[in-house]
Amino acid sequence: MDKYLNIDHVSIDFPTPNGPFRALDNVNLKIDKGEFVSIIGHSGCGKSTVMNIVGGLYQATEGGVILEGREVNDPGPDRAIVFQNHSLFPWLTCYQNVELAVKSVFGGKRSKQEMKDWIEHNLSLVHMSHAMHKLPSEISGGMKQRIGIARALSMEPKVLLMDEPFGALDALTRAHLQDSLMEIQAELNNTVIMITHDVDEAVLLSDKIVMMTNGPAASIGEVMDVKLPRPRKRLELADNGDYNHYRSEVIHFLHARHARKVA
Amino acid sequence: MKDKLIYFLELTGFNWFIPLVKLGTGDSPKAQLQDLAKMVGVPLFAIVVFLLLWHMGAAKIITSLGQVPGPTQVWEQTTVLVDEHYEEREREQAFIERQEKRNAIKLEKNPDADVTIRPYTGKETFFDQILTSLATVFVGFLLASVIAIPIGIVAGLSNTLYSAINPLIQIFKPVSPLAWLPIVTMVVSALYVSDNPLFAKSFVTSAITVMLCSLWPTLINTAVGVSSIDKDLINVARVLRLNYLTTIYKVVIPASIPMIFTGLRISLGIGWMVLIAAEMLAQNPGLGKFVWDEFQNGSSESLSRIMVAVLTIGIVGFILDRITLSFQKFFSYDKNATIR
Ligand SMILES: Nc1ncnc2c1ncn2[C@@H]1O[C@H](COP(=O)(O)OP(=O)(O)OP(=O)(O)O)[C@@H](O)[C@H]1O
Ligand SMILES: [Mg+2]
Repeated sequence: MDKYLNIDHVSIDFPTPNGPFRALDNVNLKIDKGEFVSIIGHSGCGKSTVMNIVGGLYQATEGGVILEGREVNDPGPDRAIVFQNHSLFPWLTCYQNVELAVKSVFGGKRSKQEMKDWIEHNLSLVHMSHAMHKLPSEISGGMKQRIGIARALSMEPKVLLMDEPFGALDALTRAHLQDSLMEIQAELNNTVIMITHDVDEAVLLSDKIVMMTNGPAASIGEVMDVKLPRPRKRLELADNGDYNHYRSEVIHFLHARHARKVA
Repeated sequence: MKDKLIYFLELTGFNWFIPLVKLGTGDSPKAQLQDLAKMVGVPLFAIVVFLLLWHMGAAKIITSLGQVPGPTQVWEQTTVLVDEHYEEREREQAFIERQEKRNAIKLEKNPDADVTIRPYTGKETFFDQILTSLATVFVGFLLASVIAIPIGIVAGLSNTLYSAINPLIQIFKPVSPLAWLPIVTMVVSALYVSDNPLFAKSFVTSAITVMLCSLWPTLINTAVGVSSIDKDLINVARVLRLNYLTTIYKVVIPASIPMIFTGLRISLGIGWMVLIAAEMLAQNPGLGKFVWDEFQNGSSESLSRIMVAVLTIGIVGFILDRITLSFQKFFSYDKNATIR
């Protein structure tokens, strides 16, 4: 019953000129510590809204989010967010971007040297030590996303929230980042909620795939456990029967049972 | 070293100097000469054409103060104004020396004597007037910035506040300095009373008028810049639980610096334009008063001297704009953005 993260009967209404618009209706989801959960669903169904509620950026109209037994309803570094378009501060170098996060979370609690080591450690986790003194405008999109992940990891969040973190990247770069993310996850064993459009990405990375029904008043359609052994290797999985079974389950959900009525 | 120099020249707007630097370091001379011809030759040609047209046009118009001055007469008056400046400085030097000598003699006779040291009260030279104008415009501009930037930031962050002050901005923005001046003069006379004022009333009046007219571009640009900051950046600040002031200082201001500077540049330009009119009416001893006095004077050189002032106003305005542009480029994080 007492799960690590509990999204408890959450509904949300957005005010619109034509009265309230119910985007989410009764979303219920329980997540264990160290679990990697993907949320997948058609565009506009309310995936980002779920994440923004967990992140505390939006307030649920009904229900609430409970993290480690405590209700959360404001944003905080214990629920770090990786945004789709990196959202690095363009006037700060990569190092300074992570530094800003580390200083505001650990300032006063850790010594200067400890913080410096911690920043550098997180940058090396995402393989970005070589470019840490560059400005975001001087590095590629994939690198920016790596820094965004480093910044989020550096906050030592209880839950790491990622909103289509690789959505804006080309397929090859995306594959690299997925591999990096699996590597990091093997080491840190974070609790992660990741939103994605990409079925392969969801199956490859997740312990659990949450499939959302179409909006308005979207809720959770199905939850599927992905019991593939780790570490997972992209190449080996290509011919793995289980892998293909999971894939086709998700594809069936999205395109047969919950196909979008309008394109 | 060379790259640094080139960067500095780019920053300060001396782009035409860059080919010379490259030429000096032996960097493909032919290409540099072509660059130089394009960057210096073309504008130079335009200036020569302008001077010719001016020369021919001016000769055809006769006013009650004589012929409209051409480039030669204006140049003559420029040298006269420079000479007058040095003469005045010499006179001042002589006055001070005389006074010191007189006081020394007095003290020799009687060590307890009261010596009076009087400041020199000669008339302001053209260069003194330029400096007065610059000081006035800076005070007005600074006051305007100190008021406009904070209000703009807060208004940009709060839709409610923005819609509250927006009508006021729209109403006061188009008001001419000539309309403000009488009110400002009366208010300053009523409130700024002291036996030993630090600043002349005419100075305060002119500076405040400049402020009233140059507030608006900075205010509007700051508010627009702040309200158009990427929402995700603000969300990052929220996730980090930065407090209101830290968010402003670490996120809002750096993100909107380019827009703030765009506003400041427009403000300074407007301030400089407004200043001349304000000085004419308020009799602040700057370039505006110079123009007015020469106009009242009505001698045969007056028009030429006014023309010198016109050109000076233009050139100083241009330099001010270049300086703010350099600041804008320097403070803007997006160094590749083309700012003109
Ligand atoms: N702040 C808001 N105000 C009003 N309506 C909103 C707001 N945010 C989201 N919505 C609506 O809620 C629904 C869900 O939006 P959401 O952004 O969560 O979808 P999504 O699943 O993340 O889509 P995508 O995959 O395209 O990112 C949409 O119909 C959207 O128009
Ligand atoms: Mg979304």
